[in-house]
Amino acid sequence: MAERVLMKGNEAIAEAAIRAGCRHYFGYPITPQTEIAAYMAKKMPKIGGVFLQAESEIASINMVYGAAAAGMRVMTSSSSPGISLKAEGLSYIAGSDVPAFVVNVQRGGPGLGGIQPSQSDYFQATKGGGHGDYKMIVLAPASVQEMASLTIKGFNLADKYRMTAMILADGTIGQMMEPISFEDAEIEAYEKPWALTGTNCERKHNIVNSLYLQPDELEKKNFERYERYKIVEETEAMWEEYMMEDAELCVVAFGIASRVAKNAVAAARAEGIKVGLIRPITLWPFPTKALNAAADKVKGFISVELSMGQMIEDVRLATQCKRPVTLCNRCGGMIPSPDEVLESIRKAQKGEF
Amino acid sequence: MAVVFEKPKSLANVPLHYCPGCPHGIIHRLVAEALDELGIEGKAIGVAPVGCAVMAYDYFTCDMIEAAHGRAPAVATGIKRCRPENIVFTYQGDGDLASIGMAETVHSAARNENITVIFVNNAIYGMTGGQMAPTSLPGQVTQTSPYGRDVKHCGWPIKVCEMLATLEGPEYITRVAVNNVKNVNKAKKAIKKAFQNQIEGKGFSLVEVVSACPTNWGMTPQQALEWVESDMLPYYPIGVYKDRSAAKEEG
Amino acid sequence: MKTTQILIAGFGGQGILFSGKFLAYKGLMEDLQVSWLPSYGPEMRGGTANCNVILSETPVGSPIITAPDVLIAMNLPSLQKYVNTVVPGGQIYVDSSLIDAKVERRDVQVFYIPATQMAKDENIASLANMIIIGHLLQNHPELSYSGTDAVVNKLVPPKKAALIELNMKALTLGKEYPV
Repeated sequence: MAERVLMKGNEAIAEAAIRAGCRHYFGYPITPQTEIAAYMAKKMPKIGGVFLQAESEIASINMVYGAAAAGMRVMTSSSSPGISLKAEGLSYIAGSDVPAFVVNVQRGGPGLGGIQPSQSDYFQATKGGGHGDYKMIVLAPASVQEMASLTIKGFNLADKYRMTAMILADGTIGQMMEPISFEDAEIEAYEKPWALTGTNCERKHNIVNSLYLQPDELEKKNFERYERYKIVEETEAMWEEYMMEDAELCVVAFGIASRVAKNAVAAARAEGIKVGLIRPITLWPFPTKALNAAADKVKGFISVELSMGQMIEDVRLATQCKRPVTLCNRCGGMIPSPDEVLESIRKAQKGEF
Repeated sequence: MAVVFEKPKSLANVPLHYCPGCPHGIIHRLVAEALDELGIEGKAIGVAPVGCAVMAYDYFTCDMIEAAHGRAPAVATGIKRCRPENIVFTYQGDGDLASIGMAETVHSAARNENITVIFVNNAIYGMTGGQMAPTSLPGQVTQTSPYGRDVKHCGWPIKVCEMLATLEGPEYITRVAVNNVKNVNKAKKAIKKAFQNQIEGKGFSLVEVVSACPTNWGMTPQQALEWVESDMLPYYPIGVYKDRSAAKEEG
Repeated sequence: MKTTQILIAGFGGQGILFSGKFLAYKGLMEDLQVSWLPSYGPEMRGGTANCNVILSETPVGSPIITAPDVLIAMNLPSLQKYVNTVVPGGQIYVDSSLIDAKVERRDVQVFYIPATQMAKDENIASLANMIIIGHLLQNHPELSYSGTDAVVNKLVPPKKAALIELNMKALTLGKEYPV
């Protein structure tokens, strides 16, 4: 086992990205993710990489688009308002089928919102955000260790499926320090024959493009892309189950909310309430199978979120409304206490959804 | 029989979609000839804009990428920072470069990003059917300035070369035109120099090409070229606005 | 299962986050599970700062502390804000040179330490926080005093090596301050 060191979540992402082979970072400052940029600014010049502070989030995501098209492992990071600005580029990246790695350390919204932790970009991340039919792989770390491991995983998945992998974290996980150990990163290498390298006058030119003026051609591209998405949905969903073996109630929460929920589940167990937790680790693909299976065992679900209730819609869809689903939430940068979640569990136990 | 004229290798053997009388074809040829003559076709990576030249990726035989509207210099930056050995150029119109993409333009120039920018200024949005551009002249009638561009209402046209030349960053900023043979030949030299600069690692080179849009100007090609001479060039004078290396040699 | 939740609160500039980091590293050294969560953002500049440190024998659940076992209050607003959140039987450390008020609760242990004054007297004005930490270590066998020098060495950047000795001095002052 490698040495355990204390690290901030944001720094863990940056270090893991470097270990995953990322040598190009383009970004623009915004709280609460700036440690990622600071780490990259310090490290990249020393290892032959590039850190470039762009003039805007828009420019930085388009630099990522160019670098990804050139076949490199590349990333950008931002927080909620900045991700809105990057949405255009994310759509182009999806439409051009190039792999990218993007981090959103969420803060409260809408608008300028606040800088405290939030999960209210769930829809934006899992349902699109930019225009057109597309998906991103969305990874939701709940610890500093996972900030690192899911970063490495994200780079691999992005290359494997030629799409964007996004870390959807929040201000708390980004700012907190926990012990972390870096095992040797498993870097999966994928051929990139489509990359812009120069033809060297030896092959037909490569074109990276999202424009298809013939509707049948564009439709075909979308169909093909969704065939790939289907494979992702079938094979890449990740989740954690906690005390679910005999559970009669199921709490669903991701990221920082799942940490709070875990405390509440433990406290409820101490009161004799048979409750468990399913923590989606991938938000897209959503762990539909796990939740649908749970719906055949439990009498109801509690979705704990730092938003006005976004993931709850996916919980309902995944469980096909077989059981009631209730919401336990705070938003705007507020975080529910374990007691608030415990109260929701008690109510659900009494059948109050 | 002696060959007196040939299509450059770097230009694909496909029909271009441009309107009759549009100078884009000439400018494409000049770029392709520069790539050929410098022997960099195999290293070149081009960035197409959104605008009339959106499908330039089909016309050049080098590797190509299609950028979002205005973002070509950012995309080019991403590519060049990854592949400094390659030759990276953008080909952009006035709406793309001087309106929606102004921030990307100014900042890539300020960074002296080692790329080549071909900026085609025809004072109108061609692709969308003739709307007012950031470079439309005062009084110019377009679809969205039907009574003529009123500078009190929507401001003055932007002189990109003059503005960029105030920056410390860029290496080479020049304006050329393609309204007659003499100017086309000069334009060719400027474009070639802009690529040569990149090969030598000198940095950001932008060639503004004053062009014409007979279709959306509502003119015959002949009239349009005359209008370039009579109206465009007095406002957008041909000339070298910045040439750091030349200035150094003189200085 | 033994878990200690420590809330450190005061003004920005009092080394609140640093002392939290010290405790987190000390916990790491003792093979405990730890989490360290700062308040962040513009409020940190000259405003209030606080820091949540959790040390546990089992994996840390939520890193957010709502009911601390230990409160370190480095100014009056922090004491007033958090005094009633401390669990019964918990500990409160008060910098008594900055806070005149007394804790009225009888179900907690309170330690009054004139840390800021002590630091001034010893010419280590910025290290009042570490004086309190030095005292706290005495009361927490799960952390112990031994090995503190290694932690300080780890935390103080090489450029500021002179601070290592001063931090150790502050810890010792706290350790020796009579209960």
